[in-house]
Amino acid sequence: MSRARTLFEKIWRRHLVTAEERGLPATLFIDLHLVHEVTSPQAFTELAERGLAVRRPDLTLATMDHSTPTDPSIDTARLRVLDPEGSAQLDQLEANCERYGIPLYAMGDERRGIVHVIGPELGATQPGMTVVCGDSHTSTHGAVGALAFGIGTSEVGHVLATQCLLQHRPKTYEVRVDGRLQEGVVAKDIILAVIAKLGIGGGTGHVFEYTGEAIRALDMEGRMTVCNMSIEGGARAGLIAPDDVTFDYLEGRPMAPSGEAWEAALEDWRSLPTDGGAVYDRTAMVDGSSLEPMVTYGTNPGMAIPIAGAIPEDEAVEPEKRASFRKALDYMALEPGQQLEGKPIDVVFVGSCTNSRYSDLAAAAGILRGRKVADGLRVLVVPGSDAVKRQAERDGLAQVFVDAGAEWREAGCSMCLAMNGDQLAPGQYAVSTSNRNFEGRQGAGGRTFLASPLTAAASAITGRVTDVREVLS
Amino acid sequence: MSKSFTRYTGTMAPLPIQNIDTDQIIPASYLKVTDRSGLASGLFSRWRYLDGDPEGEPISDFVLNRAEHGEARILLAGDNFGCGSSREHAPWALVGYGFRAVISTSFADIFRSNALKNGLLIVPVAEDVSASLFDAVAADPATEVTIDLKARTLSLPDGGETNFEVDPFARRCLLDGTDQLGYLLNQAPAIRAFEAANAARLDTRSG
Ligand code: SF4
Repeated sequence: MSRARTLFEKIWRRHLVTAEERGLPATLFIDLHLVHEVTSPQAFTELAERGLAVRRPDLTLATMDHSTPTDPSIDTARLRVLDPEGSAQLDQLEANCERYGIPLYAMGDERRGIVHVIGPELGATQPGMTVVCGDSHTSTHGAVGALAFGIGTSEVGHVLATQCLLQHRPKTYEVRVDGRLQEGVVAKDIILAVIAKLGIGGGTGHVFEYTGEAIRALDMEGRMTVCNMSIEGGARAGLIAPDDVTFDYLEGRPMAPSGEAWEAALEDWRSLPTDGGAVYDRTAMVDGSSLEPMVTYGTNPGMAIPIAGAIPEDEAVEPEKRASFRKALDYMALEPGQQLEGKPIDVVFVGSCTNSRYSDLAAAAGILRGRKVADGLRVLVVPGSDAVKRQAERDGLAQVFVDAGAEWREAGCSMCLAMNGDQLAPGQYAVSTSNRNFEGRQGAGGRTFLASPLTAAASAITGRVTDVREVLS
Repeated sequence: MSKSFTRYTGTMAPLPIQNIDTDQIIPASYLKVTDRSGLASGLFSRWRYLDGDPEGEPISDFVLNRAEHGEARILLAGDNFGCGSSREHAPWALVGYGFRAVISTSFADIFRSNALKNGLLIVPVAEDVSASLFDAVAADPATEVTIDLKARTLSLPDGGETNFEVDPFARRCLLDGTDQLGYLLNQAPAIRAFEAANAARLDTRSG
């Protein structure tokens, strides 16, 4: 019998074109390469300059998401005027995909959306695959049991030209979340608590594998939320072993195997989970049953506290980290020891590849149904994909948001990185379901509190940072 | 843009902040470029200029705006440098500005990989070394260090020397100018064999 292996090791081994040896990296085959407009132009230029073809356009998939407008009144013609640079980038992606025969979900295509939303939604990302994209949140696709990680533009070029990457084998890190979540606590709270515990560099050099009862109990979209933010814990990838929840999710999706191929795939996928007795390089445990809704107070995703808690006092911060801690609080205009609950806010953003899927919108709509957003508050709800948008419109969720006084937008990255004009004004506070609260991430001078869709919706009603459990009870 | 590195001696620009993310190195508004140029003016623009606007007023106490550090081509930064977004625009901006190397106690994985592909050397050092370098620069901004990639050493202001780790393959590429894409392209036979051996699986997935 072969030795016990982790899920990561199994995927890694089956994609080795050549193994690592004598200081040379392994050559890893990539099953699916996702491409978007922002990190690909220079890679395509390099290909053209070197006279190279795209090796496997059939294993490549492109979409437009980062700089696309989400204001329904902005069409392609208006975009050319409003944002000539962004629109040139979209044109260039279209031309590149055309030239190299890469399938592209362009503006107006029903399959278009945020790259990390549409991959699983289309059934393109599957258990056991290697998936890369020029985007750090590629870790999202680990939720289906794929080894998925972000790469830079040079590497985008490598994969386009060779369908391979030069890689050193990362270490494995089991993040075990046991117990049952309390009411009002969701996947986003798990991952914010994990990052707060491990630190934002805690996973550097590692691949997380999330295990334990609380993870198994999540639906696929919750698992995507967790894996999505692996990178905020420093890990390039985060994995969850595929199980019946995964298979039920994938079955019947447009790009998932069907018929006999489905049966064969299932048999293979069932062999992927980590073997009993396999050893991880590191392990961390989190008690899921003691988790509370989480919210960030600082300028990185690790600076998070339970919503009923308070920002740490200076003394609680290690001396060498105090200057950075103070800098973050200065930027946020907050004080050590301060409570966040009740803090007035200006904007609520529900969206991004972390929390813009149907179940995220349904959770937010569940809170907002029959209620109104607070006076003077701007609330943006941005679905992750065109498909999510259509489903939410069909099922009446969109109407709930509109009736409550929120803006219902077109699919895209939007205010998550504020490239498309959706942004905070300097000094504004937002409760946001996205993944990064870095200085200026949501607009220069903007201040972000990261939280779950439930917390965001509860805060939308009150216009303040709000504990959703108070609304639920 | 030179993608090689052998040895460099020079002064350091100190940025004693932890977890400097790539959104700070180069904000998203600069990501609309379709080439690699023009990013230097956006480097740290939110910390460097009033309202983050390169046309506007420089913020005088930001390290890159201080005369004594104006010539520095080595960035001395706090722990976990380059976290966040995978944007290769970050090393492009640093290199475009003129930086040759970054010294820190640790680096985020994707940034490290991106930097080394662009001739920007990543020099990881121990905490005490980092602290002594920050002290030395504070005492005398003209303090110089030498980074020797061949020997994998960093000379210290006190006359000592410390070794640093660097991925052997990246080191080789930087020293002799090996082109990583060329190296991968040379593996075409092995890639073809892999594709043939996995044809059924790969075809299923493309359907
Ligand atoms: S939603 Fe935000 S984090 Fe996700 S891919 Fe878009 S910009 Fe990146």
